[in-house]
Amino acid sequence: MSGRLNLQKLFEGLKHPSSDGFFRYGSLVFAGSVVAIIVLSLVVLVQGAFPALTKFGVSFLTGTNWDAATGFGALPYILGTLLTALIAIMIGVPISLGIAIFLAEMAPDVIRVVVSNIVELLAAVPSIIYGLWGLYVLRIWVANYVQAPIQGSFGFLPIFGGTSYGLNFLTAGLLLAIMIIPTIASISREVMVSVPNSQREAAYGVGATRWEVVRMSVLSYSRSGIFGAAILGLGRAIGETMAVTLVIGGVTGASALPTSLFRPGQTMATILVNQLSEAESGSLQLAALLGIGLVLFAIAFAINVVAQLLVWRVLKVQGGAVE
Amino acid sequence: MSNYSLRRFKDRLALWLGALCAVLAMIPLISILYEVVKNGASTINVDFLTAAPGVIGQPGGGIGPAIQGTLILVGFTIIIGVPLGVLSGIYLSEFGDNPIGRVIRFLNDVLAEFPSVVIGVVIFTLIVLTLRSFSVVAGALALSIIMLPVVTRSTEESLKLVPNSIRDASMALGIRRWRTTLSVVLATAKSGIVTGILLAIARVAGESAPLVFTILGSQYFFSGLNSATDALPLRIYRLALLPYPYAQAQGWGAALVLILMVLVVNVGVRLATRGRLYSTRS
Repeated sequence: MSGRLNLQKLFEGLKHPSSDGFFRYGSLVFAGSVVAIIVLSLVVLVQGAFPALTKFGVSFLTGTNWDAATGFGALPYILGTLLTALIAIMIGVPISLGIAIFLAEMAPDVIRVVVSNIVELLAAVPSIIYGLWGLYVLRIWVANYVQAPIQGSFGFLPIFGGTSYGLNFLTAGLLLAIMIIPTIASISREVMVSVPNSQREAAYGVGATRWEVVRMSVLSYSRSGIFGAAILGLGRAIGETMAVTLVIGGVTGASALPTSLFRPGQTMATILVNQLSEAESGSLQLAALLGIGLVLFAIAFAINVVAQLLVWRVLKVQGGAVE
Repeated sequence: MSNYSLRRFKDRLALWLGALCAVLAMIPLISILYEVVKNGASTINVDFLTAAPGVIGQPGGGIGPAIQGTLILVGFTIIIGVPLGVLSGIYLSEFGDNPIGRVIRFLNDVLAEFPSVVIGVVIFTLIVLTLRSFSVVAGALALSIIMLPVVTRSTEESLKLVPNSIRDASMALGIRRWRTTLSVVLATAKSGIVTGILLAIARVAGESAPLVFTILGSQYFFSGLNSATDALPLRIYRLALLPYPYAQAQGWGAALVLILMVLVVNVGVRLATRGRLYSTRS
């Protein structure tokens, strides 16, 4: 619609303001607010976390203590976040891919419409309601049907040790898997739908079955987009807060280290919910919590940049070429 | 021939595995809806919907302040977030075909997927710590930042569906670019933009993480922009932390109210736009 950005034109526009130039650069100011928000967030978090980062240095990332006397270390919460997100990805990605393949390539039209609407509704359910359901329903299922049998047979293994209330890393990871399936499934489906039909026809032409078409043409063609969708799901799992807060138990310090699937723990997001609003202004604890916020910011930013690049390349560039 | 039947078997197997995945994903939704309705329906009555929470530990009281707080909070969020998002979307669609536009679009997509808890932490540090008070303003700001990228993206996508011939026709009549955009292009894309705004409202109405450090939650009805307030998602969280059976029942009741609000908007929007989105795209 408009050409490349031309600085000279911009200055001329500022010198001789017209209603059109005003409108154009006025709306640019609003659009630029996104950039301002991200930069401001980074500045605010770095500034707030500064006392803790200078006092503890690298040991802020490797320490396990969490009290004013012995110092603050974020390692248990970083590991807790990674473990729950990993469980979510390992369970969520295969199921999401199954749904995406089913919806994009195999299901009859009626089923396709119904199932994709249900998947969209799953994405619309608020996080806190997943949390409530996780606390009163899923936790009991995990305790009775997963934890009890496994601990009965393999309870002597350290990674299966722990309490029997169901408030643990596994419940949190399972809940996260349920919550990220709609994201990964619908983006992967879009990526698969955007595969050109010539790819499918080539495979059908040499006598492939429908599954072989999916495997040879669709999956290999959309690999990087699906990878991007999985990473977007990972980003969701890492940032997800309230649902996890209600089922993970919320312990602090060295006992929050993820040593067993069935022990209570804490993630970066949940310790913020549990402690930030009560942290005293100016205290080292507040700075340490903001430091955790900063780490979360950095991880989420990196993950989303990579994911957007992967998905964007597949969906938008191809979409643009088709238009 | 046996090779062919093996391939056919694999094909069938893939179909049924795909269907199984779809069924697996539906179980949680069905269970959530079932549990929320089963446990929440008996709690809901006029008193529960309008009364303030009672003394902690004693049955009675309701979620009146939470419903009121959510409505006020969402109202302010709309006032801040919608104009910002729509104007950003206009820039990206009408003038954003340049490096600056591409950078903004990219960062907008990144912000859309950003953890809401981080946005809450930033507003807490910036507003709550500075003003030394939890407030509706802080909560509405946090929710606006969450709403902004969603509205921006849906506005841009709706505007891009407007054919260029409509823009050309308006310009050919000598109407200026800004007037064309606001009166002709925006009007043509109105339904898509409104759909995006409604879905964004439904999303922020259910947000809870950023509210913990911005409006904090309260036992009382709204008492000014500058003080702690309650909201439905936050009330559900506080109730879930209490060990009493009545709190559990009230939590389910509040969840039923929240899920009705969110799903009615979502299902309504989907029914209203059914078919239209697809026909304009192809």
